[in-house]
Amino acid sequence: MKVRLLFFAGLREQLGSAGEEIELPAGVTTLAGIREHLRSRGGNYEKVFSGKALVRMALNQEMAPPAAPVRPGDEVAFFPPVTGG
Amino acid sequence: MKVSVQREDFDAGAEIRALAQDPKVGAVASFVGVVREVPMTLEHYAGMTEREIGKIVEQAKSRWRVMDCTVIHRYGELKPTDQIVMVAVASAHRGDAFAACEFVMDYLKTRAPFWKKEQTAEGARWVEARASDDLAADRWTEKPGSRRLG
Repeated sequence: MKVRLLFFAGLREQLGSAGEEIELPAGVTTLAGIREHLRSRGGNYEKVFSGKALVRMALNQEMAPPAAPVRPGDEVAFFPPVTGG
Repeated sequence: MKVSVQREDFDAGAEIRALAQDPKVGAVASFVGVVREVPMTLEHYAGMTEREIGKIVEQAKSRWRVMDCTVIHRYGELKPTDQIVMVAVASAHRGDAFAACEFVMDYLKTRAPFWKKEQTAEGARWVEARASDDLAADRWTEKPGSRRLG
């Protein structure tokens, strides 16, 4: 299935990408699965998604837990803890 | 209710006056956040930001007698003394207005998807989230009668 990925703030800079459309491999059906898939790309993706730095996730613009299931066409965002206000 | 995520500055006085037009309003409590010392760039997640702030305002309305509420948050490049954020709450009495205003601000800091990047003398750096902000937000979910932060 195809989903839309978005990266923000420090994550966006580390990855050198604000986002992408991605065709997920069969078997990748949750936010945690997408995260692991991205980590497996190696390089900066490995660094960002290896679990050392805090990464928050949102599914269709709502904060969501790692186990949240994804559906075709979903918008999946990864970002650091927020620092507004 | 008004939620605005914008580049432009805002007129806090005009926003407060606008909330006081209803003759049933007896109190408007407001907070304005200002850039301190270091220039910064504020990034946000367009779309999710407005939704998150809207949800926070709805929670405030369910907990206190809120008659009207305005939340404005800027993004883009800001310099010291610039206004960043404004929360103003109108109610019949000050207790509800003060509490709801503080609640919205505390939740906004830990839930609305904004990120600050400071332009320091040593270079640009992303501001790290602070545990004290999480504590400030958490106190609204503590049981009645439990400790409040000083």
